[in-house]
Amino acid sequence: MAKLRQCAIYGKGGIGKSTTTQNLVAALAESGKKVMIVGCDPKADSTRLILHSKAQTTVMHLAAEAGSVEDLELEDVMSVGFGGIKCVESGGPEPGVGCAGRGVITAINFLEEEGAYDEELDFVFYDVLGDVVCGGFAMPIRENKAQEIYIVCSGEMMAMYAANNIAKGIVKYANSGSVRLAGLICNSRNTDREDELIMALASRLGTTMIHFVPRHNVVQHAEIRRMTCVEYDPTHKQSDEYRALANKINNNTNFVIPTPIEMEELEELLMEFGIMDVEDESIIGKTAAELAAEAAAA
Amino acid sequence: MAALTREETANLIAEVLEVYPEKAKKDRAKHLMINDKELESSKKCITSNRKSLPGVMTMRGCAYAGSKGVVWGPIKDIISISHGPIGCGQYARAGRRNYYVGTTGVDAFCEMNFTSDFQEKDIVFGGDKKLAKLIDEIEMLFPLNKGISVQSECPIGLIGDDIEAVSKKAAAQINKPVVPVRCEGFRGVSQSLGHHIANDSVRDWIISNRDGQAFETTPYDVAILGDYNIGGDAWASRILLEEMGLRVVAQWSGDGTLAEMENTPKVKLNLLHCYRSMNYISRHMEEKYGIPWLEYNFFGPTKIKESLRKIASFFDDNIKAGAERVIEKYTPMMDAVIAKYRPRLEGKKVMLYVGGLRPRHVVGAYEDLGMEVVGTGYEFAHNDDYDRTIKDMGDATLIYDDVTGYEFEEFVKAMKPDLIGSGIKEKYVFHKMGIPFRQLHSWDYSGPYHGCDGFAIFAKDMDLTLNNPCWNLMKAPWQKDASEAEKKAA
Repeated sequence: MAKLRQCAIYGKGGIGKSTTTQNLVAALAESGKKVMIVGCDPKADSTRLILHSKAQTTVMHLAAEAGSVEDLELEDVMSVGFGGIKCVESGGPEPGVGCAGRGVITAINFLEEEGAYDEELDFVFYDVLGDVVCGGFAMPIRENKAQEIYIVCSGEMMAMYAANNIAKGIVKYANSGSVRLAGLICNSRNTDREDELIMALASRLGTTMIHFVPRHNVVQHAEIRRMTCVEYDPTHKQSDEYRALANKINNNTNFVIPTPIEMEELEELLMEFGIMDVEDESIIGKTAAELAAEAAAA
Repeated sequence: MAALTREETANLIAEVLEVYPEKAKKDRAKHLMINDKELESSKKCITSNRKSLPGVMTMRGCAYAGSKGVVWGPIKDIISISHGPIGCGQYARAGRRNYYVGTTGVDAFCEMNFTSDFQEKDIVFGGDKKLAKLIDEIEMLFPLNKGISVQSECPIGLIGDDIEAVSKKAAAQINKPVVPVRCEGFRGVSQSLGHHIANDSVRDWIISNRDGQAFETTPYDVAILGDYNIGGDAWASRILLEEMGLRVVAQWSGDGTLAEMENTPKVKLNLLHCYRSMNYISRHMEEKYGIPWLEYNFFGPTKIKESLRKIASFFDDNIKAGAERVIEKYTPMMDAVIAKYRPRLEGKKVMLYVGGLRPRHVVGAYEDLGMEVVGTGYEFAHNDDYDRTIKDMGDATLIYDDVTGYEFEEFVKAMKPDLIGSGIKEKYVFHKMGIPFRQLHSWDYSGPYHGCDGFAIFAKDMDLTLNNPCWNLMKAPWQKDASEAEKKAA
């Protein structure tokens, strides 16, 4: 049996992490891999397309009902969905109260202690909320957890900015442990020269764009039906895209300590790829200091 | 006569600092000074209220300790909830011996521990619902409470529990003050910030509650501020004030009540014993209600006399005569105490390391007994405390701020005091060194030490400790024989 590979999916909020993860995991399962998804988001929407039901009961909610997490059994929190995929949601508080980060820590510790990462598994995917805002959301990339980080991004400025920030978080843990950046997944937003831009960003970060997932409405259609695209329309070309992504991840050996870039570099990248017309380069927002300097010069 | 000369003290400091790494040495040097009575301000010679260095074994507490433990906890008819995990509330329960009159669990609650006992799920999902339920239960089980304060432990600040919203809603429901206090332990460098936060919450939620309401005043109304009635201290102080003709409207906060605090803005003069922990609210009442405040010191007859006259100077001849009457009445008793104990204590050297006011306030009491304080220091003072200390201490005496375990031991070894006054954490270290020791936070389960009654007990306790025959029995007979045999051999 191959060694268990633990992967975490990060990326800007709303970029399509959960959708991409579930489709990718569905494709892996289809090819015979044993996979588990651990949702690390209080919204608990990381397993809906696999389980065909919204928000399975989460570790933290069950723990709160039972009194404490020590009162739970593994089978209470784990559900099995499409393709034998095991699903767990860490869960957490309503927006604006409590500490979601602590919920992730508690849930992941519980899974480890209960032996959820059994020998049958080939892959564990952690689907993590937005940015690495605090220690709790960095839990999946700490020592002995996920070793491979995939960042979902698009050619939009803020998505790239978030990807770069996440890379910074990975550097911190990479220096003290075994976590590595394994690649960028471009979830297309149909921006200009998006593939080239993300490839350029990936190379600046020291990694690769592992796959370019084109935008297609069928994903949306499948999602409305609480299914992955792979399950809803297996013959669709979009499903093949996810299969390609799954295959690339399965064969991926390019794990690096990332080299995050400065804000200026990121802006230069966008200038280079994002703006078609050279003439446009003078039309950019200026800071108050820059404006004052210009006024003084004039 | 100081224990050491100025030069010797400087050498001692240099020698003790020698073992530190360069950075720590530089930092700690700023917290040690040799007293110079001529100085107007302590600013140039001592740094205070700074973060302690890691690894130094500081004796300090935290903001929660300052708010719950010091200021809010002793108010007897208010229930102070320790909001957070169980430890903070349980290990701080009733430890400060704030005496009160009342029936615990019925109309007084200081010795009880009310806590939301946070579990993992409360951290993750927030503790606001639990807090609301806790307040409901308190109201049902202890209906004679006059109000509730919510004392935040560390996690409350970390998870951002909205205790203000819960408190506001609960206050409207039970029609009593419910005061949210943001005294999370990680705030500030010591318990000192907790005092400030507690004072501010009293200012915001309590002090103006009875503004505009009728209150029958007299020209002689005063309040005692910053006396926590440890071992009955405030009672021993109150007697003197009442005997000189003043009316004590409130005690803050030892044996105090919510009503007393709410009525304090109507007094003529605020009498402030612990400046550090209640100067904030004193200043606020001065600004808002025009009430002057006066620092006083009721340790030992010299300072008591001085303070009584200072207090009387704010009032008419009646009170001035009253002060003289009180002094006259107690002088024979004080003289008798001194006559009895001074010969047994004369010339003994004392080193202190305590909290808010005692490192300077008790100096006079020791001097009345013919003893000398040769070194003193505060856990959490600010420079205004040191400004005041300079005047009370002898020239060339050693003053240490946030002293470390190592420094204190080394100073003691070099200065060889006959008595040390400090806290429980220091006590047994010095006992094992064979040095007489009194706890000056809890009065070693004795007290009161304030006022004339307190001085008699203070003198007796110091004598009992210092002249206890046990100090001559530190060596077992066979050890003694061995060392004497060695001496003979040599």
